Amino acid sequence: MANGSIAVPAGREEVVDFYKHESKHKGIMSWLLTVDHKRIGLMYLVVMIGFFLTAMTLGFFMRLEMLTPGQTLMKPQTYNTLFTLHGVIMVFLFIIPGVPAVFGNFIMPIQIGAKDVIFPRLNLLSWYLYIFGGILALISIFTGAADTGWTFYVPYSIRTTTNVSLTVFAAFVLGFSSILTGLNFVTTIHRMRAPGMTFFKMPLFVWGIYATAWIQILATPVVGITLVLVILERTLGIGVFDPALGGDPILYQHLFWIYSHPAVYIMILPAMGVVSDIIATFSKKPIFGYTPIAMSSLAIALVGYLVWGHHMFTSGMSDTSRVIFSLLTFLVAIPTGVKVFNWVASLYRGSIEITAPMLYTLCFIFVFSIGGLTGLVLGTLNTDIHLTDTYFVVAHFHYVMFGGMGLLFFASLHYWFPKMFGRMYNEKIAKLACIIFVIGFNGLYFPMFIMGYLGMPRRYYDYLPEFQTYHVIATVSSWIMISGILLMLANLLRGLRHGSTAPENPWDATTLEWTVPSPPPMENFDEIPVVTKGPYDREGLKEASLKH
Amino acid sequence: MRPNIISQTDGTMLFIIACSIILLLLVTVAMIYFCIKYSRKNHPVAENIHGNTTLEVTWTVLPTILVMVMFFYGYMGFKNLRDIPADAYTVKVTGQMWKWTFEYPETKKKSDTLYVPVGKDIKMEIHANDVNHSFFIPALRVKEDAVPGRTNYLWFNAEKEGRYDIACAEYCGMNHSYMYAVLMVIPQQKFDDWVKVTPAADTTKKATDSLKTTGKDSLKTSAPVVDTTKKEVKQVPDATKKEETKKDSVKK
Repeated sequence: MANGSIAVPAGREEVVDFYKHESKHKGIMSWLLTVDHKRIGLMYLVVMIGFFLTAMTLGFFMRLEMLTPGQTLMKPQTYNTLFTLHGVIMVFLFIIPGVPAVFGNFIMPIQIGAKDVIFPRLNLLSWYLYIFGGILALISIFTGAADTGWTFYVPYSIRTTTNVSLTVFAAFVLGFSSILTGLNFVTTIHRMRAPGMTFFKMPLFVWGIYATAWIQILATPVVGITLVLVILERTLGIGVFDPALGGDPILYQHLFWIYSHPAVYIMILPAMGVVSDIIATFSKKPIFGYTPIAMSSLAIALVGYLVWGHHMFTSGMSDTSRVIFSLLTFLVAIPTGVKVFNWVASLYRGSIEITAPMLYTLCFIFVFSIGGLTGLVLGTLNTDIHLTDTYFVVAHFHYVMFGGMGLLFFASLHYWFPKMFGRMYNEKIAKLACIIFVIGFNGLYFPMFIMGYLGMPRRYYDYLPEFQTYHVIATVSSWIMISGILLMLANLLRGLRHGSTAPENPWDATTLEWTVPSPPPMENFDEIPVVTKGPYDREGLKEASLKH
Repeated sequence: MRPNIISQTDGTMLFIIACSIILLLLVTVAMIYFCIKYSRKNHPVAENIHGNTTLEVTWTVLPTILVMVMFFYGYMGFKNLRDIPADAYTVKVTGQMWKWTFEYPETKKKSDTLYVPVGKDIKMEIHANDVNHSFFIPALRVKEDAVPGRTNYLWFNAEKEGRYDIACAEYCGMNHSYMYAVLMVIPQQKFDDWVKVTPAADTTKKATDSLKTTGKDSLKTSAPVVDTTKKEVKQVPDATKKEETKKDSVKK
C-alpha cells in the first residue's frame, strides 16, 4: 500500500485530508516523492494544463497566420514547426494521457473502494517518465524543432535536418509512461476492487479506464518500436523505411497507425466513462443500459484495433485492404452509436439538473455526434479519397478529440473539482464559459468541413483566396473559444482560493468517491466498504419501465 | 457507360450527410426535449429505468444496416475509381519537392502543366522522387499518394474543358502549400498538336507557373486565372539543404 501501515485516524470530524497528511517528506518533496495516487493525479493535472495551454497558444498563432493568404506573421518553416509541435504536445502530452492519468489516478481507485493503485511506486515512475518525455519535447522545440507533422511520416522524417530524433524519442518515452499506467490500472481493477464490487457493479468510468488500459498495454509498444526504427533510420540508415535503401514507407504508415488509431480510443473511452457517471448523477437515476455501455467500451477497444488502415485509403495500400478496413471502420461506429443512444435514453424520466458538469456533458454529446457522424464519410471509400488529407479531416478529428475528449476533460474537472480540492467554484461563470467555448469551437472547426470538401488540403501554410472567408471565420472564432477556456480556468483557480467549502457529496451522487470526505484522507477509506448495490442505484425511486 | 466519378462521389456524400443530419437531429432534439420535460422542476422525482432490451437491439441492428448501405455505396464508387478503363491514355506524373512533372507516352514530352484531351479516360501513373506527396484534383474528386519507390495510379475523365487545380495533399516540407499545378482540359485536336511539339521544350518553364491556379471555387471549372501567391518563396531553409545532397541517391 501507499504509505505502509499508517492508519487514518478514526472519527469523521478529525479526518486529515491527503493535503495535510504528514509523510516523511516535507514541502515540495512530499509531492515529488509521493506514491499517493491522488497527489500523483494532481501533479499530472498541473503539468498537463501547462502543456495544454502551450499547445493552445501554438494553435492560436497558427490560426493567426491563416487569417490572410500569403505571409501574415511567419515564414512557412515556422508554420510547419508550429503545427508539428501543436500536434505532438496535444496528442502525446494532453489528449492521450489526459483523462486516465489525471482522473484515472485520482478517482478510479476510490471508485472501486481501494486505498491506492496496486503499484504505487510504478505509478510515480510513470509520472516521471511523462515529465521526462515532456521536457524532451520542449527541448526539441529549442534545438531545431521538428517540421514533420505529429505523424512523423517517412521518408520526410528521415530526410529533414530538423531535430526529429529528439521529438520522436520524447514520444517514445511518453509511450512507456502510458504502458506502465495501463499495466497498473488493469492490475488494480482486477485485484483491488472492494468486496462485493463485481465487474458489473463498477462505475462506467472504471469500465472506460479498464478498456483503455488494455489498449495502452497492447498497442503502445508498436509505436515504441516504430519510433526507435525512425531514429535508427536517421542515424544509421538501416533501410527499413527509407525507399532509397530498399525500405518501405507504407510499412511505416501501417506501424504508426496500428498504435495511433487505437490511441484515439485511449483518448475517448475513459472520457466516455465520465459521461455515464455524470448523466446518472444529474438525472438522479441509474444509467440506461449499463451492460450495453460497458460492453460497447470493450467492443470499441477490440474493433478499434483493426481499423487503422482507414488512414491510408490513398497511400497505395492494396485495394482489397482498403475495402476490408472500410468495412471494419463501419463496425466500430456501431458501439459508439449505442453509447450515445443510451446516454440520451438515460435522461428519459430522470430528474435532470443542468449543473456545470452536466452542461459540459450535454454539449459533448452534441459536438461529439457531429464528430462521429462526419467520420462516416471518411470511412466510406470513395468519399474518403476526396476528403482525406483535407481540412475536412482536420475538422473531424478536432470535433472528436477536442470536442470529445477536451470537453469531457473540462466536464470531469468541474465534476470532481469539489472532491479533489474540497472547494466549489462559481457555477454561473462555469456555465457561461462552457457556452462561450462551444460557440467558439463550432465557429472555429465547422468552416473546416466546408473548406475540406471544397478542396483545401491540410498542413498548408498558404491557401487560395477563395478560402479566405472560411479562414477568417475560423480564426475569429478561435479567439472566442480561447476566451471561454481562459474564463473557465480563471473561475476554477478562483474557486481554489475563494470557493465555498465543498461537502462530502455536493452532487448527491452514488459512486464510492462521494462517500469519503472532500478532499479524501490519505488512504481514502477508514474501512474498505462492502459493496452491495449497483453503482448508480438509488433508494426510494419508483420502478418504471418503458411501457406506459 | 460508367457512372461519372464526380456525381457518384457527391451522391454517396449527400446520402451519408443526409442520414447524419437526421441522426444528429434525432439525438439533439431528444436530448433537449428530455432535459426540459424531465427537469428537476418539472419532474422532481426520477424513476428507475435500467434499460430495455428491445430498444438496445433496435438501435444496434438499424444502424448496422444503415452503415452497411453506406459501405456498399462507398464500395461501388471505389470499384469505379480503381478499375481503370483498358484503353485509358497514360500520363506519368512525378512529384518532387515542390513541383509536379508530367510525362507523355508517345513523345516522352515533359511538362509542368497537365494537358489532357476532354472526355477521354486518363490514367495517371504516380511516382515520387524524394518524399511522399499526394496527387489531388479536388474538382474531379480523385486523389492518390505519390510514394517514393512505388508506382501508384488513378484515373479520371474530365468531361468539361477548362482549368483545374492540382494540389499536393500529403505534407512534404516547407513549400508544400505551393505545390499546385494546373490541369488543362483541351479538345482532342489541340492536344494532339500540343503533344507532338518537341519533347522537353516545355520544361524550362519555371515552377512558379504552378502557383497560378484556377481561382474562385476550386471545385468548379473554367474559372479565370488568378495568381494566388503574392510573391515567390525564394529562401531555402536548413530543412531542405540535405535534399540536394541526397537527391541522387533516391533517384532510381
